[in-house]
Amino acid sequence: MTTVLALVELTESGALASGAASTLAAAAKIGNPIAIVVASPGKGKNVAADLGALGAAQVVVAESSTVATALVTPSVDALDAAIDAHKADAVFLPNSGDGREIAGRLAVRRRTTVLVDAVDVAKGKNVLIATHSVFGGGFTTTSEITGGIPIVTVRQGAAADRPVAGKPTVSTVAVESTSSSGVIDSTETLASDSTRPELRGAERVVSGGRGLGSAEKFALVEQLADTLGAAVGASRAAVDAGFVAPSLQVGQTGVTVSPQLYVALGISGAIQHRAGMQTADTIVAINKDPDAAIFQVSDFGIVGDVFTVVPQLIAAIEAKR
Amino acid sequence: MKIVVLMKQVPDTWGDRRLDTSTGWVDRASSDPVIDEINERALEAALTVAESAKDAEVVVMTMAPGDVSESLKKALAMGCDSAVHICDDSLAGADAGLTAAVIAAAVRAQDADLVFAGNESTDGRGGLVPAMIAEYLGLPHLGTLGDIVVDGSTVRGVRRIDGGTQAVHASLPAVISVNESNPDARFPSFKGIMGAKKKPVVTLALADLDVTAPAGRSAVLSTTVRPARSAGTVVTDDGTAAEQLADFLVSNRLV
Repeated sequence: MTTVLALVELTESGALASGAASTLAAAAKIGNPIAIVVASPGKGKNVAADLGALGAAQVVVAESSTVATALVTPSVDALDAAIDAHKADAVFLPNSGDGREIAGRLAVRRRTTVLVDAVDVAKGKNVLIATHSVFGGGFTTTSEITGGIPIVTVRQGAAADRPVAGKPTVSTVAVESTSSSGVIDSTETLASDSTRPELRGAERVVSGGRGLGSAEKFALVEQLADTLGAAVGASRAAVDAGFVAPSLQVGQTGVTVSPQLYVALGISGAIQHRAGMQTADTIVAINKDPDAAIFQVSDFGIVGDVFTVVPQLIAAIEAKR
Repeated sequence: MKIVVLMKQVPDTWGDRRLDTSTGWVDRASSDPVIDEINERALEAALTVAESAKDAEVVVMTMAPGDVSESLKKALAMGCDSAVHICDDSLAGADAGLTAAVIAAAVRAQDADLVFAGNESTDGRGGLVPAMIAEYLGLPHLGTLGDIVVDGSTVRGVRRIDGGTQAVHASLPAVISVNESNPDARFPSFKGIMGAKKKPVVTLALADLDVTAPAGRSAVLSTTVRPARSAGTVVTDDGTAAEQLADFLVSNRLV
C-alpha cells in the first residue's frame, strides 16, 4: 500500500484551515492518507474527528513548543521526520502561502522538488502525476517527479472526489526543531467584514456592472460573493459610475484575474472588461440584455434580472450545502 | 551591508502568454519580456533599505536564458551597484528545485546580509524559490512581507497570510520575499541611466558555481491548450434559472 502524508493547517482559533479537504482528497487518490497536524502541545487532537470525516485513515499530531513563534520550520521538521517514520511515498500540502514555503524547504531537505498548485492527481509509475492549470486555465499541464519523493501542493478547493469518512487512529509525536527560522511576533486575524478574499489572486470572483444601478444596490454583488467565499470586483462602467472604489476594477486598465469561477452580474462584457477576466476557468453571467457580449464567453449565462435571479441563487446554493 | 535582489524576466501579462506545447515551458519568444512587477517592488524595497544603511551595496541577480541586458540595465539605472546574470544552456527548463540550488550557490558566493525576492512570479506562480534558497543557505525566510524595516542586525515586517497578517522578524543574514503592498518601483533618473552603463555586469555559467543539485527533478509530461472560449449554455429566466445555475455550480464543484 502506498503511504502518503497530508499536512493540514489550523486556523488561529484551532479549527481546520480551508485547504484541508482538498489536500486530503488528493492524498487519498494516491494512497493511504496520514494527516499530519502540527500544533502546540495539548492542542491539535480536537480536529481528529474532522480529519476522519475528510478521509484521513490516521492522524499524527506533531507537537512543537515553537509552532506559535517559529515561522514555518516546525512543520518542515515534522514532515521531514514523518517521511522516515512512516516510510512515506509522497507528501501533500495545501497550496497556501505557508504550505508552499513548507513544501519548498522540505523539498530541499529531501533533495527533491515540488509539483506546485495541483488541481488534480492520479497514480503514476513514479508514484503520481499532477495536473496543473496554467495562465489562468489557458493551458493544462501534467507533471511528475523522478529521482525523489514527490511533494505536491494542492490548490485549495481543487476538484477531487471526497474520500470515504472513517474513524482515524490518533497518535502524538514531539517535534524537535532546531532550524534557523523567522520569528512570529504577533498574528492578527482580519475582522469578519474584511475576510473577503483579495481580488488579485482570488479563486472566485463576483463582479458587478452598471446593471446594478447604484452604490447601495451593489450590495447584492457582495452578498453573492460572501455566499461563494469570493472576492468582489467591478466593471469599469460601475467604477466610473461611482458604485465602488477603482481598486475593484477588473479589466485592461484594472486588475487582471484568473479565478476558478468568475460571476459577472449586470456586466455587458466590453472588450476592456473581457481582457481582465476571460481566462477564468468558468464564467457565469447574468444580464437582462440577451445580446450582451459577456454571453459569448460565458459557460453558463442567464438572461434575466439580477435582482430577481441572484437572491434565488443565494437561497438555492445555501439549500444545497 | 550587502543586499542581493533576485529578479525574474517574465512575459508581459498585458500580452498573450503562451506555453510551448512540445516542452511545456513558457514560450518566451511569443511575448515581450519584462522585469516581473513583484521584482520591481523587491528592487524598490531593497534600494530603500540600502539608502538608510551605511555603505550598503545592492547586487541584482537573475538566472535566465539569452539576453536580459535591458532588464538588468533598468535595475542598475534604478540604483543597483552591480548585476549578476546566471546563464547556461544546460539550465533550460530548470524546475524550482534546480533553480533554487543554482541561485543559492550564486548568493552564497556574494556573502549577502539580505536577499530580496518577489513572493511569486506572474508566470510560474509557484512561490517556492525564496523559501528553497533560504533552506539551502540555512537562513531564516520571511515570506510575503510588507512594511519592511531593517534595524541594526534585524529585519522586521508584516506578512500577509490567509485571513490576516503576521508581524515577524529575523536576524540577519536572512531571505525575504516581498508582497504587492510594497511601493511601486522608482523611475530611473537621467543620471542613473547614464551611470548604469559603467556598472559591472558579471555573467556566470553553471561551472562557475558550486551547485548541489537535487536528485529529484520535475518533468512536464503533457501540455494542452484550452480551446478558444466559446459560448456555453444561455437560458432565459423563467423562474427556474437560479436553480439551474446552482446545479451547474454544484456539479462543477464551484460551491
